[in-house]
Amino acid sequence: MTDLELNSGKKDRIESVTMQGITKRFPGVLANDRVDFDVKASEVHALLGENGAGKSTLMKILYGLYHQDSGEIYINDELVKINSPTDAINLGIGMIHQHFMLVPTLTVTENVALGLPSSRGPLTDLDRVSKRILELADLYGLRIDPNAYIWQLSVGQQQRVEIIKALYRGADLLILDEPTAVLTPQEVDELFGIMRQMVKDGFGLIFISHKLHEVIEISHRVTVLRNGRKIGTRPTSEVDKSELAKWMVGHAIDFITTTDQIQCGEVRLKLENVSCESDRGAKGLKDINLEMCSGEILGLAGVSGNGQRDLAEVIVGLRKVSSGRIILEDEDITGADVDVLINKMLSYIPEERMRDGMIKDFTVAENLILREHDQPKFSDNGFLKLKAIEGHAKELVNRFQIKTPSHKTMAKSLSGGNIQKIVLARELSRKPRTIIAAQPTRGLDIGAAEYVREQLIIQRNNGTAVLLISEDLDEIFALSDRIAVIYEGKIMGILSREDATKEKIGLLMAGVMPAEQA
Amino acid sequence: MISDLFSLTVLLGIISSGIRLATPYLFASIGEAFSQRSGVLNLGVEGQMILGAFTAFYVVMNTENLLLGVLAAMGVGALMGLAMGFVSITLQAQQGISGIGFYLFGLGMSNLLFQLLVGTVETVSGFPKVPLPILSDIPVIGKLFFDHNILVYLAFLLVPIASFVLNKTNLGLKIRSVGENPEAADSLGVSVSKVRYFTTIFGGAMSGLSGASLSIALLNVFQLGMTAGQGFIAVALVYFGAWRPWGVLAGALLFSLVNGLQLWIQVLGINIPSEFAVMMPYILTIFVLTLSRSKYGAPSALTKPFEREG
Repeated sequence: MTDLELNSGKKDRIESVTMQGITKRFPGVLANDRVDFDVKASEVHALLGENGAGKSTLMKILYGLYHQDSGEIYINDELVKINSPTDAINLGIGMIHQHFMLVPTLTVTENVALGLPSSRGPLTDLDRVSKRILELADLYGLRIDPNAYIWQLSVGQQQRVEIIKALYRGADLLILDEPTAVLTPQEVDELFGIMRQMVKDGFGLIFISHKLHEVIEISHRVTVLRNGRKIGTRPTSEVDKSELAKWMVGHAIDFITTTDQIQCGEVRLKLENVSCESDRGAKGLKDINLEMCSGEILGLAGVSGNGQRDLAEVIVGLRKVSSGRIILEDEDITGADVDVLINKMLSYIPEERMRDGMIKDFTVAENLILREHDQPKFSDNGFLKLKAIEGHAKELVNRFQIKTPSHKTMAKSLSGGNIQKIVLARELSRKPRTIIAAQPTRGLDIGAAEYVREQLIIQRNNGTAVLLISEDLDEIFALSDRIAVIYEGKIMGILSREDATKEKIGLLMAGVMPAEQA
Repeated sequence: MISDLFSLTVLLGIISSGIRLATPYLFASIGEAFSQRSGVLNLGVEGQMILGAFTAFYVVMNTENLLLGVLAAMGVGALMGLAMGFVSITLQAQQGISGIGFYLFGLGMSNLLFQLLVGTVETVSGFPKVPLPILSDIPVIGKLFFDHNILVYLAFLLVPIASFVLNKTNLGLKIRSVGENPEAADSLGVSVSKVRYFTTIFGGAMSGLSGASLSIALLNVFQLGMTAGQGFIAVALVYFGAWRPWGVLAGALLFSLVNGLQLWIQVLGINIPSEFAVMMPYILTIFVLTLSRSKYGAPSALTKPFEREG
């Protein structure tokens, strides 16, 4: 059997896919409520919505990972039943998952071959598979080494493997679930180039995203979901960013940026040649030099996993410095205990807020005093001042608009946005002088994210030094006075906002030094 | 005398018995390696082994048919593997605890059946030695490697076969991927539970065979608790061998050689307390496992039940 025969056990090309009246209920949640959605060959149809709007659920139904409670799916106007990913693959549907479905200990070729019949019966035919991979890679500009192990590849390369996997299985409809979330701007451009080529060749593409400008750039039509319901479908050429945002959120959104230039004050935090070791597998920091002034937001851009987490942890005293010095307001705090840092009014909004930012099985009120529970405000000779704690909680719930049934509610039962508000309320209400904010808006819907950004700007305007670690370049550009880029544990460069362009930052994020850029 | 140990005859004796004693370890460890590579930690190996040992013994005692004994032992082991699969794959029970449950079940059941059906110490005529023509005539080496019963050859043959299946076949690719990232395998239409059922049942059959190799090939007798922890050592050998059949072989040989050594220490009446000699392989187990603590090669999804959300 040739590869062609192996892949051609299926039907005609997909001209159209129509999902009609799809409803899916999870315990306590109506994830999809009578949603209609369709996509045709040779188009990019964007599916837009906030976290929890039901985008992924809808697509997992199309790919056979979930089963709808009601509603039908038609391919080329024929009713189809998709009970498993195998059914979807056989129909010509491929999915690029947000969290890649790759086996890190296997090679590219093995990952592609997995689950496919082999031309050699029970034995694998990896040499054939790898030849075909190279052909496909050539066709769409997906440069990849078939013999590389997945763990050796960058995130962008892993994504290409996912695309090749789908192409290899003869997919002509591809679902791309938030494919740009983990890429540098240049990698996004490359991906868009690949997508345009595929559209030319007659592929239908479903592009899931919550980044408005990307949707506008790449898609032909856009459908917006909110709270599991479809709000509408429009040709992309007829909509603009603010209109889409309004659809997504349900009300108008003012996009926040720092416009006024505030004079940089005294140096608050200074890192001198700081190095550290990372957890096994990840890179540590190498000779970091950084200065933050009062009244500025220093943005730290970088692709995920390049040492951002280590940097935050080193500053807030959670990770050991192997060499170098950290100076907070003229005092050497290298290796200092965390409570010393707390008393110097250093606040920390951790990246993994569920794990590092709070205790899930504590109440809202208890979580709000985690940092200061032993201060005289809240405790008296070892006894908690319950009245004061309650008053404190009520005040913050009010001020930070935390949506919670009461201050006695367990933190874990709140939504991601409200959990972040608890962390924010705790860290910001103590009038910090320095803030380390790691991915403070990750996973939040637009409304909550804008609220968080607004709070950081207020802090900056009050003279606080803010380190904003973010993988969202739009956010970095909207808020930062200066932008530093981290790559493999090193600071590649620091640019003022006027000098910074997405191109420059993107190249630094990919590890290309300014000299090489010219 | 300690010096007696270093005579050629004794050294050869140690190696020869080491090779024979590696047989039960090899069967059980290779089976366990398969189930662990697919993500299922089966701690019930010891129970599967002893029930397999009894079954083989009882069948051979009554029918004198060795092949039937082996098949019956494998069948019983496979059934226990199926049960382990049902509990850990379908019901998603905590694997360590359910494995210990199956160990205790196998131990108790074999005791009960032995008391009911046999009652006294009996011997059977087990697998005879089959000297391989020509090869066994090679001086020194011939007697060491090519003068054993058929299960010994089979156990050693299993190593390259297992390695080939894991690395060169579609089935092996599925087993490895299911143990590393079941979600990925599932998204490509590989049935995670089918693969895991296969490996746990195969592992059970191999454990049963391992037990049979004790009762109708090596010792030709059944005694209560005769596996004496070898099933647990087999599990440890999988870690020692970094989940690879050739690594498992190295581990099995190391342990069985030490075992052979302690047998000869007893035979020669060397002035080491025999209890200490018997302890040696077990102490070595702990020692080597501590040294080879590196997580190299551990399947990422080991002990994690898989369930598609939604």
